[in-house]
Amino acid sequence: MIDLGKYAFAVVASYGVSLALLGGLIWQTVAANARARRALEDHEKGKKNG
Amino acid sequence: MSIWEYANPAKFMRTTDRLLPWVVGGAVLLSVTGVVWGFLTPDDFRQGSTVKIVFLHVPAAMMAINIWVMMLVASLIWIIRRHHVSALAAKAAAPIGAVMTLIALATGALWGQPMWGTWWEWDPRLTSFLILFLFYLGYIALWAAIDDPDSAADLTGVLCLVGSVFALLSRYAVLFWNQGLHQGASLSVQSGERMSHVYRYPLYTAMVGFGLLFLALLLIRTRTEIRRRRLAALQAREMRA
Repeated sequence: MIDLGKYAFAVVASYGVSLALLGGLIWQTVAANARARRALEDHEKGKKNG
Repeated sequence: MSIWEYANPAKFMRTTDRLLPWVVGGAVLLSVTGVVWGFLTPDDFRQGSTVKIVFLHVPAAMMAINIWVMMLVASLIWIIRRHHVSALAAKAAAPIGAVMTLIALATGALWGQPMWGTWWEWDPRLTSFLILFLFYLGYIALWAAIDDPDSAADLTGVLCLVGSVFALLSRYAVLFWNQGLHQGASLSVQSGERMSHVYRYPLYTAMVGFGLLFLALLLIRTRTEIRRRRLAALQAREMRA
């Protein structure tokens, strides 16, 4: 276990906040991309099927 | 073969489809390596374990400024040459830049409290970064507020030009305002080595990793915007028919 000493809160909070923000951004990016691809595919499929 | 061929959305989608797995792989590998390596570095003799924050703070701050510069270039291409992909790329980059700015501000506050004795100071670099963050929010809000995409691209392009003053100020504020708390550049070619190699190599790795992470997210988000634009165009065409 790494000993962060008296600055443990600052270090852990920095990593926690940063990873949470980056994780949220990556999740939102991938989810929005999947939604847009599905919506376009559904629309084009619907057009093909009349 | 010209770079302007990539302004064609179909060509952009085909090229990025092949490119994306490599960029994502590089981004995951280097950003995870840089951040984990940074976390495992030994304590600094003055700053103790807080030195580990540099591996998030510096790459995020670097990207916050560089992303705005990228948006400026993309906006200028839109304004001058009217290439839709460049306007969509600028739009796609803004949320990534806002998150990077927020990470730089949050980690800066968390680092500043034990080192400077304060979470926040109206220091030139800190203040210009806060203003840059507000510009990112304004830019995102302006895109969302205007229905016509070409008008939105025009107006956000102008906002991006104005905001560039603060992006540059964030980078150079410490050089011409000496009353601030914030130090100068952590890594500088002109001033020689200012950081031990124990910290320098993981920091370089994290910086390249964050750059690739931005590129990966930018490509995915631009592809999303192109798909949304195509769907809207198809729906509008059907409404007219």
